[in-house]
Amino acid sequence: MWSYLFKRLLHMIPLLLGVSLLTFLLMALAPGDYFTALSQNPQISSETIAHLKARFHLDQPWYVQYFYWLKSVLSGDFGYSMAYKIPATSLIVGRLWNTFLLSFFAMIIAWGIALPLGIWAAVKKDSWIDRGCSLAAFLGLSVPDVLLSLLALWFAAATGWFPVGGAQSPLNDLMSPAQQFWDRAHHLILPALVLAAADWAGIMRQMRSNLLDTLRAEYVTAARARGLGEGWVIYKHALRNAINPLLTIFGYSLAALLSGAFIVENIMAWPGLGRLTMEAFFAKDSYLVVDCVVMATGLLVVGNFIADLLLAWSDPRIRLNK
Amino acid sequence: MNEATPIQNPTAEQPLSPWQLFWRRLKRRRIAMAGGMILIGLYLVALFAGFIAPYHFERQDRDRFFHPLLWPKLSGFHLVVPRYEAGDGSFVYHPVAGDTKPLRFFLRGDKYKLLGLVPATVHLFGTGDENYPVYLLGTDQFGRDVLSRLLYGSQISLSIGIIGILLSFTFGMMIGGISGYFGGRTDTVIMRLCELIMSIPALYLIISLRATFPPGMSSAQVYAMIVIILSFIGWASMARVIRGMTLSLREQQFVLAARALGQTHLKVIMRHILPNTFSYVIVAATLSVPYYILGEVVLSFLGVGIQEPNASWGNMLTAAQNTEYLRNYPWLLAPGAAIFVTVLAFNFLGDGLRDAADTKS
Repeated sequence: MWSYLFKRLLHMIPLLLGVSLLTFLLMALAPGDYFTALSQNPQISSETIAHLKARFHLDQPWYVQYFYWLKSVLSGDFGYSMAYKIPATSLIVGRLWNTFLLSFFAMIIAWGIALPLGIWAAVKKDSWIDRGCSLAAFLGLSVPDVLLSLLALWFAAATGWFPVGGAQSPLNDLMSPAQQFWDRAHHLILPALVLAAADWAGIMRQMRSNLLDTLRAEYVTAARARGLGEGWVIYKHALRNAINPLLTIFGYSLAALLSGAFIVENIMAWPGLGRLTMEAFFAKDSYLVVDCVVMATGLLVVGNFIADLLLAWSDPRIRLNK
Repeated sequence: MNEATPIQNPTAEQPLSPWQLFWRRLKRRRIAMAGGMILIGLYLVALFAGFIAPYHFERQDRDRFFHPLLWPKLSGFHLVVPRYEAGDGSFVYHPVAGDTKPLRFFLRGDKYKLLGLVPATVHLFGTGDENYPVYLLGTDQFGRDVLSRLLYGSQISLSIGIIGILLSFTFGMMIGGISGYFGGRTDTVIMRLCELIMSIPALYLIISLRATFPPGMSSAQVYAMIVIILSFIGWASMARVIRGMTLSLREQQFVLAARALGQTHLKVIMRHILPNTFSYVIVAATLSVPYYILGEVVLSFLGVGIQEPNASWGNMLTAAQNTEYLRNYPWLLAPGAAIFVTVLAFNFLGDGLRDAADTKS
């Protein structure tokens, strides 16, 4: 078990290095940098710009820049955001936390809806419940995140029940801790719901087909033949085995979730990594873009690692083999 | 000679080819067929967008910003278009009683190019009078007809999906076939590269790739850029699956036979291995087109894809991001509905194709 996990953990390192190298290369290929726009400004002398460029190692070739960047990242420092004029680490940690929060709650909502519905649809196969769930899943799979986010914005603006964008109200700092918590939660509900609405359908369909497959297995027939109650057969015997393959789609679902979060953040003004990426992109703050991409990949890789952990925990074949 | 009996048709029926069986199974799935029909309709409309659209996508009506939906009415046996007049100040329009103009068909209007080649001026419908416009889906913040822009936009949004899929799947199949067939170091390197691309959340990678292109590109260049970016990301997952299939296919006897007959490696991959993956590829392609369409939508929506004044479903939605617009002029969401219908149709068709290709059931 431990050696398996250790192997998986070790596998993450070259992956993250590769991702950072690839993004760095792409950023190096990008025409112009943050200082291209500054150099148009007559107020700033070319010496100042040259000095600043040297400070950020932008006068060096890209692979040298990469090593400088890697060196500081390994010591826990993500550099300095040229556009925001603050250390990138503090910026990224806050945004990463927001994206995590959004994705995490969306995931809980999505799985919380998808699993019971999937089980229900499988148990009542070919009933109107099953058909209704399938249709709803089809609609859920097809409605684009962009449209859903815009509809949510419209809903928030029309009813006034939810704040229109943002992660907290401007007066958040003046509130008591309880009010602050409620304020944050109030801002989180709508984006998390939108993200969950885009995510649940795939999980539900998977849950339904897994359970249907398991219900066809011989040990289920045997359990029924022994006279066990239908509820006992489904929930004690079939369901446990049907849940297992779902852990493997956890990773896929997470990747879709992070891309979905990117859209939701940008439309609903949720200050997460995706929004920061776009801001850094427009400001040509190339190091910050790299930081964001690496961080988002890190989030995904860690999520996959957790999925592997769960899988190894639930399935002894994986633990013992490797 | 007159003794000869007419030759009887053989009673045994010709066995159906796998494709005929596939088609027969597909035809039984009504939802899939409905999805296919909708798609054929959508692509036909996109093909003749200039003819169906009453106006050119750049045409601005400076008297009618944010005009609500304006439909012709039935008057006797004719369809007539009522005239609306702007109220005071904020974009409110009132019909002028009794002031109408008949709706005409096949009339001359704005210039366009039929199928992108033939210059033409004939439009499906309109009134031919600027004071009596027909805005079936209202107008946007520049007084442009939303329906016309939607139709022109469909040319971009719908074609990017197909071209992107063709490019990335061809590439993915080739790479996957080579990787699985040769194995060894080639395989390792290619698969690590695929893993790398697939491990970055798609939109983050799309934006990083977008950064490498210079600003101020022409619309054709932007179009090509979006296709390239989306294909760059899309080939990896395809290559992985094809590689897996190739690994088992290359052990089959017919591959050995082809090799024994002296065919080159390339020919074995192209002629014998890849055709065996087609049924999977067609299903996967149908189910993947929506992702390419959505990729264009997101890029254009964020302002880094198709640029104004050109219309795409993505950049039309950008206006709807303004909550003030969204509340008062909800018809700006029309492209969103169009995207939804398209994606739904592709999913219906893809699901049916998958079931029809699954011979086990």
